[in-house]
Amino acid sequence: MSDRAFSYALLIPAFFFLTLFTVKPLIGSVLSSMQERGGGGFTLENYARLGEDETFLRAATNNLLFSLLTVPLSLGLAMWLAVLLHQKMRGQGFLRAGVFAPAILPMVAIAVIWMYFYQPNIGVFNTILGSLGLPTPDWLGDPALVLPSLMVMMVWKEAGFFMIFYLAGLQGIDPELEEASRLEGTGKFRHFWKVSFPLLLPTTLFSAIVALSDSIKMVDFVFVMTQGGPNNASTLLLYHIYKVSFAQHWPQYAAAMSLVVVAVLVALAVIQIRLIDRKIHYR
Amino acid sequence: MTGTATLVPPAKPSAAPARARKPRGERILTAADRTEMVVAWIAGLLWISPLVYVFYRAFLVEDGAGGHFGLENITSAWERAPFGQYYLNTTLLVTGITLAQLVIGALAAYAFARFTFPGKNVLFIFVLVQLMIFPEVFMSENYRTIAGMGLLDTLAGIGLPYIASAFCIFYLRQAFMGVPGELVEAAKIEGASRLEILWKVFVPAAKPSLIAYALVSVSTQWNNFLWPLIVASSDTTRPITVGLVRFLAPETGMDFPKMAAGTVIVIAPLLAAFLIGQRGFINSFLRSGIK
Repeated sequence: MSDRAFSYALLIPAFFFLTLFTVKPLIGSVLSSMQERGGGGFTLENYARLGEDETFLRAATNNLLFSLLTVPLSLGLAMWLAVLLHQKMRGQGFLRAGVFAPAILPMVAIAVIWMYFYQPNIGVFNTILGSLGLPTPDWLGDPALVLPSLMVMMVWKEAGFFMIFYLAGLQGIDPELEEASRLEGTGKFRHFWKVSFPLLLPTTLFSAIVALSDSIKMVDFVFVMTQGGPNNASTLLLYHIYKVSFAQHWPQYAAAMSLVVVAVLVALAVIQIRLIDRKIHYR
Repeated sequence: MTGTATLVPPAKPSAAPARARKPRGERILTAADRTEMVVAWIAGLLWISPLVYVFYRAFLVEDGAGGHFGLENITSAWERAPFGQYYLNTTLLVTGITLAQLVIGALAAYAFARFTFPGKNVLFIFVLVQLMIFPEVFMSENYRTIAGMGLLDTLAGIGLPYIASAFCIFYLRQAFMGVPGELVEAAKIEGASRLEILWKVFVPAAKPSLIAYALVSVSTQWNNFLWPLIVASSDTTRPITVGLVRFLAPETGMDFPKMAAGTVIVIAPLLAAFLIGQRGFINSFLRSGIK
């Protein structure tokens, strides 16, 4: 067999399954999204409907807010924790493992854990607040508070995860730079801002892409904690697609929504490829 | 590793004696250093506290007299749902998916890293675009595919959409490209076939990357929820994540000890495995997390 034929043979299994579960459904979604409910006909109604569907618009806004706030917060905290846990100190291994632990746990288990914290009467937060004589809100029941509450939980999980990437980044920085700052009496914050932070930018770019896709992909906690409520205040895109697909049995409309999400994901992929390209060129 | 001891510059012999007296690997801790360590401890402990609290609630048995610590919550939760079956399902799924991903990924990565063929760049860009697209986004269409294959409520139906992973192909290709050409030439001279070269040269040389990828894949698949929720409809196929949610759902009101016990049953083995293999796990992340 020629090298050429051999290469194609090697690629067949991967491309078969990638085609079956991403290309075929992509084409299927395009076709299905232009059909009426129940199938058949040709219509662009599903796309027109998107602009008027308040739940969809709410889910999109929620997801946008969720991404725009959790991604920078997670990365900022991750960077801060990494700098703290990078220094040589007693218990370093224990603390690193502890901060990373939430990252390895299932999102659904984390959601269950945080429900204890958010319960209105008996939850941990309100017990503490109440004992201090402060107001005790219904964290998951109040439309204004539910999304921020979920964001806090997401940041807790994600920051632990990205801390590991930042630790790797910090280990890649020449230790002599820090020693030089030390000898010159440069303050720690100034050293971080002028030296570490710029050198961590590639890690930040990579992490931001992963975190962004996580913020669209990880909706497991909505199933456990809120089912999108109250009043759709915590509906996210993938959850809404799930509801339309399997609760309302309307795959044609769900397909139109999937394609909107895919368009966003592909845009992110293009950014990612450009970053990878740059990394390869400059290596 | 951060070797602080190696930081002493070897130049200027006149400056050396004063510094050499400092114990090896130690630094003089300034007040700022100490403050930072205290902050690190506070932040770390605060971070861990939710997990500690769940374990506390799971093992605290309410007995009217303020409670005592025991296994009663855990055993009663274990009896109320087939956690053993859920575990078995998850283990089978995770093993199957990870092995299939590695085999399929290694074959494709080998083609991309080692050979030139027409359309290579286009095909590789096709893989790169898929880095961001996950099967759940097409849940209706994929459900239809799996249903059409008669695989609803089977482990195969849950696993199949994941076995070709763009990330795996991309990641292993990077690892394979680092394999020295001399090794390949040597194997060629000895008469090894192309598949033998993959198996005897590339796979051993890229072993750390294969292990790192396997760890990432295992933890991702272990935690997967949405797609198994859609496909699985009986306890014989439900993985542990879906099982946990089912276990908690039908009850009315909040039974904290029961919820905590269920959660601990689900997360304890993961945490134990993580703590045992922690150094290796974190180090493999640190070494090959992003390359």
